[in-house]
Amino acid sequence: MTTTPAAETVRTAAALALGDDALVLSHRLGEWAGHAPVLEEEVALANIALDLLGQARVLLSTAGDEDELAFLREERAFRNCQLVEQPNGDFAHTIARQLFFSTYQHLLHDRLASGDGPFAPLAGKAVKEAAYHRDHAEQWTLRLGDGTDESHGRTQRAVDALWRYTGELFQPVEGLDEVDWAGLERTWLELVTDVLGRATLTVPEGPRTGAWSAGAGRQGLHTEPFGRMIAEMQHLHRSHPGATW
Amino acid sequence: MTEQLQEHFDATISRDQRIEPRDWMPDGYRKTLIRQIAQHAHSEIIGMQPEGEWITRAPSLRRKAILFAKVQDEAGHGLYLYSAAETLGADRADLTNRLIEGRQKYSSIFNYPTLSFADVGVIGWFVDGAAICNQVPLCRSSYGPYARAMVRICKEESFHQRQGYELLMTMMRGTEAQREMVQDAVNRWWWPSLMMFGPPDDASPNSAQSMAWKIKRHSNDELRRRFVDMTVPQAEKLGVTLPDPELRWNAERGHHDFGTPDWDELMRVIKGDGPCNDQRMERRRSAHEEGAWVREAATVHAAKQAARERKGAVA
Repeated sequence: MTTTPAAETVRTAAALALGDDALVLSHRLGEWAGHAPVLEEEVALANIALDLLGQARVLLSTAGDEDELAFLREERAFRNCQLVEQPNGDFAHTIARQLFFSTYQHLLHDRLASGDGPFAPLAGKAVKEAAYHRDHAEQWTLRLGDGTDESHGRTQRAVDALWRYTGELFQPVEGLDEVDWAGLERTWLELVTDVLGRATLTVPEGPRTGAWSAGAGRQGLHTEPFGRMIAEMQHLHRSHPGATW
Repeated sequence: MTEQLQEHFDATISRDQRIEPRDWMPDGYRKTLIRQIAQHAHSEIIGMQPEGEWITRAPSLRRKAILFAKVQDEAGHGLYLYSAAETLGADRADLTNRLIEGRQKYSSIFNYPTLSFADVGVIGWFVDGAAICNQVPLCRSSYGPYARAMVRICKEESFHQRQGYELLMTMMRGTEAQREMVQDAVNRWWWPSLMMFGPPDDASPNSAQSMAWKIKRHSNDELRRRFVDMTVPQAEKLGVTLPDPELRWNAERGHHDFGTPDWDELMRVIKGDGPCNDQRMERRRSAHEEGAWVREAATVHAAKQAARERKGAVA
């Protein structure tokens, strides 16, 4: 396949959007190490984080050097959606974030895997991982939503708080032309509404536009907690320019 | 009756056969094993903390993936070991409470802080290396479930050890600052690693009984010597010095001579007065307490589901 320079740029931008989502969410899940409510969740959260990190490495490598891209870009150059950079909060916040993202990622990779675009091979592998992540998030949403009064309340608050970041997931990403974004959003809403309903939770009514406007994260406009996150992520790499690890 | 059971037990041990969960065993054997396996499990869980510190700061994505996988393995090892302890009639929740209340111990080594990324490599090399010296003989421990857990755990530990050593090799080939980090980490972790084998034989009151029961197969000093003999050539190959002026090869004995660890320090650390004891325990306690509502939700949800299924079955 021959690609024009412009097509290459578009492809790189798409790889960064998908890769940064996976990289940033993986990092957030890494913050749970040693803090999870049960040992089984230490294993599960690390497992999901490792899957996402694996995806990020493949995607960033198609766009350049994975370490340069992860450790030497400034905040404004990251293309992840704002949802994945949101702090872990309590376990309910982490699960709500996982539910929204994994459902989206599963649908998206399913679509990409069945197309003939450049991301089809990666998506073919990632879709299996995302199916597992989605199942994990759904099971926990049911347990927490339909558990105790406390867990119900915490989970409803988490769903409400993160809802505003979900619109961005469906802003078209340039280079992923085979995706019907509006159709993806409809299916996502149906699936999430179904899970929240079964978990006795209410689907929020608030806006889904993000901190600036929907699509801001993909333009490099992030929320405040993100800067602190990448400061921690990058500090050691940046302290030793040119070193090999 | 008890005499016959005791004789049968003794004969099984002397034939080097395994004791299994349903077999009769002396109370002391059961209690010693529960204590040892639980403390081993606790060590895996507390041991996630010093390395987990560096997951969010790992300097390359490859190292981050390796570290994630290792910390995940440790959680898995904790799970196998708690299961092995449960075959003796212990209860995981109760063992967790004993840890949190300070009634059961974990390995002294995890009370030392990880101050640089080289510590991650040195933990792999020394701490996992020492664990392997300790645990490989436990694959032949007289209690079947423990021995079988060890087989699986040792495979993963030796993988971690190689990865740790490989990180240090890479850093030693790198910049001056990286080499200094490695040497500094070696200096800080060497003696605490030797202390992982426990007090010297003449001050280890439970060892004789554990060896007679073939729970332990070698004495603390014997394992410590083996570790030193194994590690010295690796240090030479790496190009670091071990911080012990008395360390030298003794051709007559066919082993290395080495200095005496600071046993007072070991006693202080075991009694709770090491650099990170409070912080490790507090972290474990807060994770447990902050997770209580999650565990409770899971229990209540499971009960609701079961009730709904019963109702569905009736209707």
